[in-house]
Formats: sequence, structure tokens, C-alpha cells
Amino acid sequence: MEHIVIIGNGIAGVTAARHIRKNSDKRITIISGESDYFFARTALMYVYMGHMKFEHTQPYENWFWKKNRIELKTAWVEKISGATKTIFFTSGESMSFDKLILATGSLPNNFGWPGQQLDGVQGLYHKQDLEKLEQNAPDHKVCKRAVIVGGGLIGIEMAEMLHSRHIPVTFLVREDSFWNGVLPAGESALVNEEIMANGIDLRLNTNLEEIIDDGNGRCKAIKIKETGELIACDVVGLTAGVTPNVSFLKESGIELGRGVQVNRLLETSVKDIYAIGDCAEQREAIGRRRPIESVWYTGRMMGETIAQTICGNPMEYNPGHWFNSAKFMDIEYQTYGWVSGRNKPDFEEQFHWRHPKEMICVTIAYHKDTDEFLGINTFGIRMRHEIFDRWLTEGRKVDEVMTYLKDANFDPEFYKPFENAIVKHYNQQRGKQIQPVKKSWKRIFA
Amino acid sequence: MKAVQQIGIAIFLIGFGIFISLPFLGNFKLDQKSFEELMVYQGINSEIFIKDLQAAIVDKDFSGITPLSSIVASVTEKANAIHTENKEWNKKVYASDDGLATSIRKESGYGFIPENKVLMWFLTFGLGILGSLMFILPQVITLGRKGIKNNGIYHQSSTNRGWIAWLVFIFLVSFYLVLYFQSEYAVNWTYLVDPISKNLSGNLASHWFVYGFMYCTVMSVMAVRMYVKYRYNKYQVLRTTSVLFFQIVFAFLIPEVMVRLQLSYSKGYDFKNAFPLDYDFFFSWNLTELIDSGGLGLFILIWGILLTVVVVPVMVYFFGKRWYCSWVCGCGGLAETLGDPYRQHSSTSLFSWKVERWLVHGVLVFAVVMTGFTLYGFFTEANVVLGIEVQSIMNTYSFFIGAIFAGVIGTGFYPIFGNRVWCRFGCPLAAYLGFVQRFKSRFRITTNGAQCISCGNCTTYCEMGIDVRAYAQKGENIVRSSCVGCGICSAVCPRGVLKLENGPEDGRINPTEILLGNDVDLIELLNKRRQS
Repeated sequence: MEHIVIIGNGIAGVTAARHIRKNSDKRITIISGESDYFFARTALMYVYMGHMKFEHTQPYENWFWKKNRIELKTAWVEKISGATKTIFFTSGESMSFDKLILATGSLPNNFGWPGQQLDGVQGLYHKQDLEKLEQNAPDHKVCKRAVIVGGGLIGIEMAEMLHSRHIPVTFLVREDSFWNGVLPAGESALVNEEIMANGIDLRLNTNLEEIIDDGNGRCKAIKIKETGELIACDVVGLTAGVTPNVSFLKESGIELGRGVQVNRLLETSVKDIYAIGDCAEQREAIGRRRPIESVWYTGRMMGETIAQTICGNPMEYNPGHWFNSAKFMDIEYQTYGWVSGRNKPDFEEQFHWRHPKEMICVTIAYHKDTDEFLGINTFGIRMRHEIFDRWLTEGRKVDEVMTYLKDANFDPEFYKPFENAIVKHYNQQRGKQIQPVKKSWKRIFA
Repeated sequence: MKAVQQIGIAIFLIGFGIFISLPFLGNFKLDQKSFEELMVYQGINSEIFIKDLQAAIVDKDFSGITPLSSIVASVTEKANAIHTENKEWNKKVYASDDGLATSIRKESGYGFIPENKVLMWFLTFGLGILGSLMFILPQVITLGRKGIKNNGIYHQSSTNRGWIAWLVFIFLVSFYLVLYFQSEYAVNWTYLVDPISKNLSGNLASHWFVYGFMYCTVMSVMAVRMYVKYRYNKYQVLRTTSVLFFQIVFAFLIPEVMVRLQLSYSKGYDFKNAFPLDYDFFFSWNLTELIDSGGLGLFILIWGILLTVVVVPVMVYFFGKRWYCSWVCGCGGLAETLGDPYRQHSSTSLFSWKVERWLVHGVLVFAVVMTGFTLYGFFTEANVVLGIEVQSIMNTYSFFIGAIFAGVIGTGFYPIFGNRVWCRFGCPLAAYLGFVQRFKSRFRITTNGAQCISCGNCTTYCEMGIDVRAYAQKGENIVRSSCVGCGICSAVCPRGVLKLENGPEDGRINPTEILLGNDVDLIELLNKRRQS
């Protein structure tokens, strides 16, 4: 029986395993050194915050794997030989495979900051990082202040986590506004406000110079590059993005870029070895997507796709419309299609509406010549994925999106709707006379 | 703020401490006159019983914890033995030991507690309410900005099955045991609410009145907590208001006022309580009483039947069983207020689901079969059907399901097994509504395309132990018979994935192979393959 080995038990690897099982009787082994069972990495923060226990982050009960004949091996991989189709573990053991799927995810970036190896300095990515944070920052007595370096999604999550235990946080962001490479200016400003409203010391345009040793190999402060200011702290969170976890593949003969280079079939340069999820790097970017996509959803999609290829139905990775979501402290964020941040293409125009009092806003991108709807970002309003996916496929005009915006609302029942205010603002801005139409089940389920 | 909250806890604990010490306190002394009246009122014909009991208790001082019911029991046993031997069947004593002991105590209490009812109410209920509110209301500020505030739930003893949770568990279980089986110890509590009962129904309070009043009080205070915690979620605010209204008005006030208007029945009539949750509705004594009392009785009878046969299923078709279970029902009301801090303890394992299906449907079958027996017995005027004494089935159900399951386990186990133990594993009405919801309803929890990140908040906080994530992460809607539509999964979801809604039946159940957002050809291919 063909032996399919998957390195990495994150969403990409586990999705691949599940779908291979659905479509075949092949022998499947998943290898992970990080944890015995699959867990939702995105939920680690809720364990620290006391919303859940670690076991709640595991989407499948422990009997699931045996029942579905998915073998689990807890071990760290040291190296791989593509020629002999063998995996070598750090323990000295080895394992052979017929087909190998690399789904090894990412590692936190570090930029060679002085002092980054000190105790108390950590990222937030692996299960072990959560355990480390529990030790480094159990409460605000042990950790009197934490400094977070890097203004992305993990940075703000870590700020929220520490804040939940009443630990004062200083948040260093290199850009002049939070995540403005991705978010349009108005939204980025809204998130800045949310961060500060939670009492977090947000420092924009600020870089880390060095982390200072207390003499015992533990961090005691950081120094800011621009001003030379010292900030005393017990924990430094390094959250300046992630990079594919591929260093163990250096001598495998597999072609590497920043990640594992793959073609559209997710094949690497070595036969019968594939790469999916965060660690895979497309040789050519797909549409407006980045060559490396470190997002839960894309990992899952690649897992779904590779399973087809493995099971004799070769399928290119051909993702549909872009979508994503996140939560910034207490503000939910959803995006469908493309809405640009700082580096907006020439053809893109944006319409922005913000609630006068609450932390709610919407940005809609459209083509400046054709008026075609390109994408939407919402903060504090939930939207229906199916509807926007359909509208993007159909190439709707932005006016139509405005007219039928109520169909797309996904807020809980009895919530105050904002479509009338949004459309009114749109009419004023663009000199239009659009009347929003009442929600219709018929259209929603068309 | 923190100081106010701490003082609040102290005040609450003082009130609570006085309340739980009451069964151990007080003095009771029954005089001859009251004793004779009580014997007449209870319809006791046994002169042996009267003589012995008189010798044992009249003009004697009893403290709060002296077990009167065991004295009554031994006197009853002796008297009944003699009457049985002499074949004096009409003289045998059938009054329950605990019931008689309770009546004796109620008649005979003297001293500080019955003489200072209003003061004692303030020292117990009053301090409890005041202290709780002092703890809860500052959370408007301490909880911080708009959003879900579950920080620290698994770090706290009270909400993480720690020692506080176990103490609460012991209190709740003991409280229900006293209420159902040792009500003589609840007599001191009845004095506290006598003035309220007098004003409502004109009668002195029974221990069931204490329970009803306490139920409403606890629900009201904990509803304030819900309002504060979920103040930005209009669904939760409206739902909480609704359950509170139906509990206070329908379950508590209307039955009391009916007594005042002399429209009372043996059963305090709660117009929203539907059969088979209201399991004794078709018991022959109730039917006889309703039919014999004319106008209102017939109305109650017809309404009760319509409620179960027409109103309940039609409403479930349009809105899901939530309209009842988390908007109207009293059991649900307590679960959604007092029980909310414990919702995360409902087990979500597949094993629990299997147990749940056997148990809850088993209870439904039991309730229906029992009702079949009682109705058959009612129409044929037979006491024994198929060789089984009808009364014994009714007693078994009342004891195991009505008292032990719904009360002692259903509420007592909140801090350990979550707040819907009864609703999930035992309620026959929930099982019935569940069938309608699963097979013929417009209600579903819609999963928003492919936005789920499998974080598990929904599953953790589902009070019915539904593994919500298992559906959401596959992009499937959640259509489960047990869902009571509390809406918390949708509230705690960090990515806006879940929405409770009533929509067309078509496409309500939507199993998919591949989630939205992937290659459209792949999605189509696999969904076609699945259907063929």
C-alpha cells in the first residue's frame, strides 16, 4: 500500500490527510514534533486569556485519528533524502515514504536584533511559545511590562493577550500606522485608536535597536532606535511576521526560495514530494496573491487540492476569490476580494464609511473606470461570504453592491443595521441616488 | 470599583450565610388548640395517632434541626399497625411524614424569626440581592470595551470546577433535597416570604412559594449580570428580558393571583408550561378537576392541548425550538441566567451525544407511555392497566424525572456538568421540539462560507454540548435537534462565522466536500460526485 507521509499537523497537513482518507485507502502518517494532536493555532491566544483550555483548541477528539487510520508520529525531522525517499528524525530513527507532503508551516521572523536570544524574549507561534509565555508572563506582578515588536496580526493578538492579564504593554510598530501595508488608511487609523483605547502604549514609526541583558541572561529593557529611549520590561514579544519553516530541507535537494518552491500542482522540484500551506512558495504569484500565503484558509485549500492530486486526480491549486478575517482587540474584521492598503494600484478607487461614534467602518474598492466591484473590508459588521463571492464572480458594479448591501449583512438578529447610513454616504460622495433594497431570501439563496 | 465589588461579595456572603443557617435555627412549640385544628384540617381519624402524637409534641419545645418527621413516622407506623390488625381501614393515616411535620412546624414556630419576618427577609434575600448587585453592576466599567468578555473563565475557581464550584454544587443539591424530600427544614425560609405571599395570594407561604420566589429573585439578579455581560448584543438582551418576563408573570404571579381570585387548582397553573414538560397535565386528578370546574378549567384544558399539539410545533417550524427553550421556558430561563457562568462545562464529546440521545428520548417515551396509561385509566376508570398500577407509574416518574432529574441533577449539577443538564439529557418537551426542529423547521445556524478558523470558542461555550465547530469548519450549517438557539456561539465567534436565522427550508442542511473560496471547478466536481 502506498505510504503517504505528511510532515506537519497544522491545518494544511491535516486537511490533506482527511481528504486523502476520504478518497483512498492509502497508508497515511502525520509527523509533528510540536504536538501529539492537531490543534487550531489561531486559538492559542484564547488559552492564555482563559477563554478555553488547550484541549478545546483540538478540533477532533483523540479517537478520530485511529478510527480514520491516520497514523500520528510525534518526532522532529532532522533531514530528508529525496533520492532514497527517507525521513531522518532527530531521535536517530528514520521512516520511508512513497509520497511526501511538506506542511511545516512557519517560524517567527527575527532580524538579528542584539539580545534576541535572551530569556524573556519570545515569539508567539508554536504551542511551546504559549507555554513559555505562561512562564514569562503569568501575571502583572511577575511581568511588570511587556514590549511587543512588530505591528501585524500576531503582534496585536499578543498585546490583547497580555492586556487580558492586566500586564502593561508597549507596542512598537515600524510603520506610521498599524498594518497599513494591508489596511486602507481609515481602517488602520481605527485600529490605532482601538489599541490605544485599551490602554496599550502604541509607538508608531518606532524600531527596536536592541534588547538589554540584566546580567543573568534575561532581558530587562529594550532600546528604541529612533530616540535611544530605554523601556524596562520583563517580556519582549517578537512578532515581526513569519517565514517558512524550511531550514531542515537545505540538503534535501529540494529547490528552496524563501519557502519550498512549488508549481501550480504543488509539486516541488523533487518527484513525489509536495509542499502546501505556509511553507510553500509559488514560483509565480497567482493573481494578486502573494507567492507565500501564511493564512489559515489558504493552508486548508492547498490541503484540499493536494489530496486530489495524490489520489490520482491531478489538480492545480487554483484558489477562488480572496477572503480573510481577523479580530483586532474587540473589533472583528472581514475582507472579500481585494481592498488595498498603502500601495494602492492606479485603477482602484475606494469608498470609506465610518460610524460617527462606534468602532465600525466599511471600505469598498472599485475600478475607477469600469465601476466594477473589487472588494470590501468591514470592521464591526459581519458580511455574508457567499454573497460577496458570487458578486465578485459575476463582476457586479459597485452601485449594485450598494443597492443590495442588505442581502450581504451577516450580523446577529436584532442588531442595528447600518446599510442605510452607508448608502447615504455613498450617494453623497459620488452624487448618486441609490435606494437600498430590502433583504431577500430568494436572492441570498439564488 | 474593586472595593465596591469586594464589599458586595462580603454582603452577599452574610445574607447567604444567614439564609443557609436558618434550617438549623428557630423554636417550635405547638399548643393544644392548634394541634386539634391541624388534625381536623389534615383529616386524621385515628385516635391512637392523635393521642400518641399529642403526647410526643404538644407543648414541647423543638429546635430547628430536631427531625419532627421521624417522630411523625414512628407514630404513624404504630397507629397504622394497630388499625391494620383491627381492619379499621378508614382510620389509617396516609398523610406524608414530611408533609405533616412541615405543617406542624409552620403552625408552631415562635421567637425571633417568625416575629421579624420583614427584617429577616432583608437580612437574607435583601443582603443577597444588594451584595450581588454591588458585585455585578461595577462590571459595566470593569469589563471594559464593547465585546465578548470571557477573560479568565478557565482561571477562576468558580467557573473552572474549582472549590467554589464544588461548594455551589453542594449547596444547590442540598437545597433541592430539602425542598423535595425534607421540607420541614424549609419552614423558617417560608416565614421570610409570608408577607409577600399574603399580599399576592392571601395565604401564608409554603416551601414551594419560597422556591418560586427565590427562582424569580435569582433569575432577576443573574439577568442583570446577563445584561451587563452581553450589553452590546441585542439578541441576548431581548432573550433575557423575555425569559424573565415569562418566569415572573406566567410561572409566578398569575398562579398566585389565581389563588387570590379563588380560581386555584391543586396544580398552580402556568399557562406557558407545555406537556410533556408539564408531565402531570393529563393525570386523572388534574383532568377531573379541570373538567369539573367549568369555564376556566375547560379553557385551561383546551389551551394545554392546543399548546402542545399546535402552538409548539408551529412556532418551532417558524423560529426553531429557541422560541420556547431560551425565550419562554422557566427551566431554560434559570439555565440562561444562573447557569450562564457554567455553560462551558457541557461535554461536547461524541460519547455524551450518544448518551444524550438515548436518555432524552427515553424520558420522552416514558412520559408518553405514562400519559397513555393515565388517560386509559381516566377514561375506563381503572386503577390497574395491563397489570400495572397507574399510580405507581406516576409516582415513579414524579420521583425520578420530576424531582431527581429536573431538580436535583438538572440544577444542582450546573457548576460541574454545565447549565443544561436537564434540558439536554432529560426534558421530554425538548426531545419533542427537537424532532420538529431537526426535520421540519426554517431555523438553522448558518455557517458563513469558509470563514471558520476552528478555534473552538463556539463548541466550548455551547451549553447543549453541540460540537458547533465540527460543522462550521466544514462550511456546513448547524441543524441539530438539541440546539436551543441561545445565540452564544454566534456571540463568541471571533470571525463572524455563525448566524442564527430563520430562512427557506431548501438548502438548510448543506453538507459540502470542499469549502467556499477554493477552485470553483473542484468544488463543483466534488459536490457532484457526492450527490451521485
